[in-house]
Amino acid sequence: MAALPEIRNYTFNFGPQHPAAHGVLRLIIEVDGETVVSADPHIGLLHRATEKLAESKPYIHSIGYMDRLDYVSMMCNEHGYVLAIEKLLGIQPPVRAQYIRVMFDEITRILNHLLWLGAHALDIGAMTVFLYAFREREDLVDCYEAVSGTRMHATYYRPGGVYRDLPEKMPQYKVSKWHDAKQVAAMNENRQGSLLDFIWDFTERFPKRVDEYEALLTDNRIWKQRTVGIGVIAPEQAIAMGLTGPMLRGSGVEWDLRKKQPYEVYDQLDFSIPVGVTGDCYDRYLVRIEEMRQSNQLIRQCVTWLKQNPGPVMTDNHKVAPPTRVHMKEDMEALIHHFKLMSEGFCLPEGEAYAAIEHPKGEFGVYLVSDGANKPYRLKIRAAGFSHLAALETLIKGHMISDVVAVLSSLDIVFGEIDR
Amino acid sequence: MLSIKELSTQVNARFGRLLEQSIIACDELTIVVAPQHLHEVCLALRNESEFDFKLLIDVCGIDYLQYGISEWETNAATATGFERGVEVGALEEASYKGPRFASVYHLLSLTHNHRIRIRVFLNETELKVPSVVDIWPAANWFEREAFDLFGIFYLGHPDLRRILTDYGFIGHPFRKDFPLIGNLEVRYDAALQRVVYEPVSISPRILEPKVIRRDNRYQVGE
Repeated sequence: MAALPEIRNYTFNFGPQHPAAHGVLRLIIEVDGETVVSADPHIGLLHRATEKLAESKPYIHSIGYMDRLDYVSMMCNEHGYVLAIEKLLGIQPPVRAQYIRVMFDEITRILNHLLWLGAHALDIGAMTVFLYAFREREDLVDCYEAVSGTRMHATYYRPGGVYRDLPEKMPQYKVSKWHDAKQVAAMNENRQGSLLDFIWDFTERFPKRVDEYEALLTDNRIWKQRTVGIGVIAPEQAIAMGLTGPMLRGSGVEWDLRKKQPYEVYDQLDFSIPVGVTGDCYDRYLVRIEEMRQSNQLIRQCVTWLKQNPGPVMTDNHKVAPPTRVHMKEDMEALIHHFKLMSEGFCLPEGEAYAAIEHPKGEFGVYLVSDGANKPYRLKIRAAGFSHLAALETLIKGHMISDVVAVLSSLDIVFGEIDR
Repeated sequence: MLSIKELSTQVNARFGRLLEQSIIACDELTIVVAPQHLHEVCLALRNESEFDFKLLIDVCGIDYLQYGISEWETNAATATGFERGVEVGALEEASYKGPRFASVYHLLSLTHNHRIRIRVFLNETELKVPSVVDIWPAANWFEREAFDLFGIFYLGHPDLRRILTDYGFIGHPFRKDFPLIGNLEVRYDAALQRVVYEPVSISPRILEPKVIRRDNRYQVGE
């Protein structure tokens, strides 16, 4: 009898430069034939020491760094950070600012889930969804631009409120060599009113757009073959691995900080929490799709409230928030406050605080230790993606190589927040 | 859902002398535990039904080396004014006299909807703490991170490798005596046709000095 050939396991690199690695992930995969035996993620290739940088700067300077953590859900990161500062200071932003924050958190959730959906579908092999998702994202980044001046890294949330009130006029397209007057008029059709009108118009359109994505994917045979029963995680295991957000809800655990530990005005708004059943990639997909619909509902409730209730969007505590320009030129006290804030910032009382929000990806927490100075003594960012990626090996052991990509993109990881 | 006071009473009653301290601040409960009791306390917090802390949110290190040290003296400044800039390392003496390091755990209970923070102080000479990976598998990467950034050893961790820093990195970058600009920089050397490591060519600067206001006018939120 001829000797059987010796078959050994094969180890190879996935990334760090791989289109489906969602950034710079180096994954060392050991396979037995086509089956994954072990997977060891090497992270840190995007490590910028955000937490250490923040220790050397006044509190307010680090808000911009928060945008660059999870760079597809910018304002939610800012939210976690300013909440921690507000908790330690013991201040509350005005109600209007809270509604604006909730509205932009939900806009951000849609932004995040759209990018996730597009990338997830692209990884599995469906190109079209990616293009559709970016069509809607464009409108939402325009909302970012209208309030903050930037399309991504907004730096809009501040301790004590938000940087400024919503604009009365939505910025419009101008005639260029690519678009003539007729085209521009069509593009500006929904930009005639205020930002709130534009957002309202978006929420009218968006549910139909979600139906379109679902028409492409939900009952698609190939999509289901690639995601149903792939990367299953049981609820007990998901909790033990520290999963939060849609990853946990996909396994059927009804846990959402917006409901369970409400912050801002979430307790006054009407929405529901979708949960999955089996905890596979398909359920996580369904959960995120439904979350987009719920976010749309939340945005509509916020728009309605904001249209009826004008008011301040920043606290009048000028130890924390700068006074208005006009005020500053007439009042000595205001001038001093302005000078103090711009030169050394504000000091937080000695102590520590942990503030968490329901980030699109899961629980985003900021642990802040202050020794009474104008700079954080220690800032720890608890990013949801970090725990999710740590659970990757558990999720893909025993699956095929092609499923690695499906499972990896169902985690919704972004290296800005994992490597920090 | 229990109030934070009730939770504190429960925790104190259950653990009693195992706790060195139990603090409520900002509506959060912090307990301080000695390293040798950490494992026992954590196991009880996870398993016993009145606590049920099944979800480990976070583990992180803290270095208290420069705690309470400011770069600008504010007490005398009313008479003399501030100096223009500060030299790196020109620090006044610390008022903090506790152990240098701490390992901090944040736990969450999904059934009771409450949180707790556990802090373990560690001396520089005895930088070891039992790992909690066997209690919460989620601790694996968090402990690797704290080891990488602070050099805290988690005894019993199955795979205590560096996680965020470069392959072959020397030192623990989040310690307060590690320079913000680092020690080494990399660049591509065209002649050697590879990336080379060199000592950093920039010098550290402080743009806004660290100020600690003792002045009551600047105590906000009190």
